[in-house]
Amino acid sequence: MREIEFTQAIAEAIAEEMERDRTTFMIGTNVGRLGGAMGQLKKIYKMYGPERVRMTPISEDTIVGSSIGAAATGLRPIAEVSFSDFLTVCWDELANQVSKWRWSLGDKFKMPVTITSLTGGGIYTAYQHSQCLEGMLIGIPGLTVVLPSTPYDCKGLLKAAIRDDNPVLFLEHKYFMISRPKSMIPEEDYTIPLGKADIKREGNDVTVVATGLMVHRALAAADRLLGKGITLEVVDPRTLVPLDKQVIFTSVKKTGRLIIVTEECKTGSWAGEVAALVAEEAFDYLDAPIKRVNAPDAPVPYGPAEDLYMPSEEDLIRAVADLTN
Amino acid sequence: MAIDREILIGMFRVMVRTRCLEERSAKEYRDGHIPGNIHLAIGQEAIAAGVGAALRSDDYLLTQHRAHGHALAKGVTPERLMAEFYGKRNGCCMGRVGPLHIGDADLNYFGGQGIVGSQVPIATGVALSAKMRGTDQVTLCHLGEGTTNTGRFHTAINLASIWNLPVVYLIENNMWAYGVCASHSANIENLSDRAIAYGIPGMTVDGNDAISVYEAVSKAVARARTGEGPSIVECKTLRLDGHYSADTQVYRDKTELEEGWKREPIKRFREQLIATGVLTEKEADQINQEALAEMDRAVKFAEESPFPDFKEALGDFYTDEVKK
Repeated sequence: MREIEFTQAIAEAIAEEMERDRTTFMIGTNVGRLGGAMGQLKKIYKMYGPERVRMTPISEDTIVGSSIGAAATGLRPIAEVSFSDFLTVCWDELANQVSKWRWSLGDKFKMPVTITSLTGGGIYTAYQHSQCLEGMLIGIPGLTVVLPSTPYDCKGLLKAAIRDDNPVLFLEHKYFMISRPKSMIPEEDYTIPLGKADIKREGNDVTVVATGLMVHRALAAADRLLGKGITLEVVDPRTLVPLDKQVIFTSVKKTGRLIIVTEECKTGSWAGEVAALVAEEAFDYLDAPIKRVNAPDAPVPYGPAEDLYMPSEEDLIRAVADLTN
Repeated sequence: MAIDREILIGMFRVMVRTRCLEERSAKEYRDGHIPGNIHLAIGQEAIAAGVGAALRSDDYLLTQHRAHGHALAKGVTPERLMAEFYGKRNGCCMGRVGPLHIGDADLNYFGGQGIVGSQVPIATGVALSAKMRGTDQVTLCHLGEGTTNTGRFHTAINLASIWNLPVVYLIENNMWAYGVCASHSANIENLSDRAIAYGIPGMTVDGNDAISVYEAVSKAVARARTGEGPSIVECKTLRLDGHYSADTQVYRDKTELEEGWKREPIKRFREQLIATGVLTEKEADQINQEALAEMDRAVKFAEESPFPDFKEALGDFYTDEVKK
């Protein structure tokens, strides 16, 4: 076992998969010597050079679009779209092409495209570099969406995403690149299956489904609530679509209470989708209304106002108090 | 250049078959047998034929929404096309997507797109793949003049030019993007001039002349195949039908269409082939008869094919189920 942080997790996963499969290559704006917008690609360019690490102009539509063409004809691209806000520039490629083109042409080829993109707040750069747009991204049948919360999960899931023959949108929370949480990982090759949730903390009183950075806030809240005799069960789905519903339902069956905490605007969020699924399929387990803790339906403001915008431990603790009083 | 007789006849055959397919599918549409709508390329057959003749069978073709002729030229049978138009299981896309998105990846024909310009970045990626895999396959990307004003025309061709990819972007300028006239869409006469912006060759040819199309595309394909990079070929033509079959075309002058029919490509090519002794009247008529009979068979095939069941139409898409 050894300890790694997020930037290493991403770089190691990509390097190992490029080593493993000669058809794997990177394509994107910041994949060259820069090594990713937040240093997450480290030495990939140095290791594999310009043939397999293809630096492009700022052309998100063509970065993803050309990956689709390459994947359909036998290659395994990893497309880098620097920030998830920029995914809006390649919406046709996401919503109509990478996700549906294989189906459209009668399943005659594979679509092994991984799209990596930094997401979320934490660097105070306002609304075009800080959004969480999962709600827009999950309603695209055929597109797997991943958002890991630990370096261990990140490495294992990214390797699984690259090996997967279907398109995967792999979101990397940018705050992890500077807060640098660490994980122990095995020396040997490992992957984590897409679509499997992980219970990050067992508890009995309230189920908290959290994603990305919010997993850490949920764990911090759980620590603080221990003194009050309240235990939170923190469920990290890791893959937003396809969703491991059973783990959530089983947890709700145990606790009877559900809070979903994500960094998205509340309206149209993935959090709302989870709430709807539990209301539809596990309503009888609930002893209290479902609560969502999200960002307000507003743009992410610049500077320290972002701290007030993003859901906090306190917000979560208040929600727990509402449900348990 | 002297063109082999077989190639000339082959192009003529594709043009005639395309016209017959278009006219027959228009009839079947009017008769209520085609559930969606169809976008006919009547008047543009010479482009499909010239391109088809200039490509090798393992070359890649990507295209837009007006693509029945492109499909025929790449070798998709009228049976499988008509079955797709009908939404039947034996269609080239299993009846899932209908005429707007027809393709057959087995023939390296990556088909049509319903959104203007989607195919251009994808074509760049297919060409990148051919280059990275070390094959000498060329990618040809059909696009309409309307596409030249979308952002992806720029980003995709720019990237192909930087990486010197083996791809030909073919602008099928039929003067109309649905109801928007080409003269209202660009401030230049020849859209191939846009090639200058990417430092690649651009050519504009008469898209109603199969030989001109064939020669220009052959030149661009040869350039791509020998590693010299991408080109833009603009073929000027005229859409002689509506944007789609039920389009009333209130936005067009009748005289434009009357003049357009005088220049339509098939009659002209037929006369040329007969005048130069490549075909006799009888042989040309026979090609037409064969094409009509082929479309009868295609309709019969489509009628007799079952619809896909709902599960087949959806495919193995997952939504909220854990797949693995």
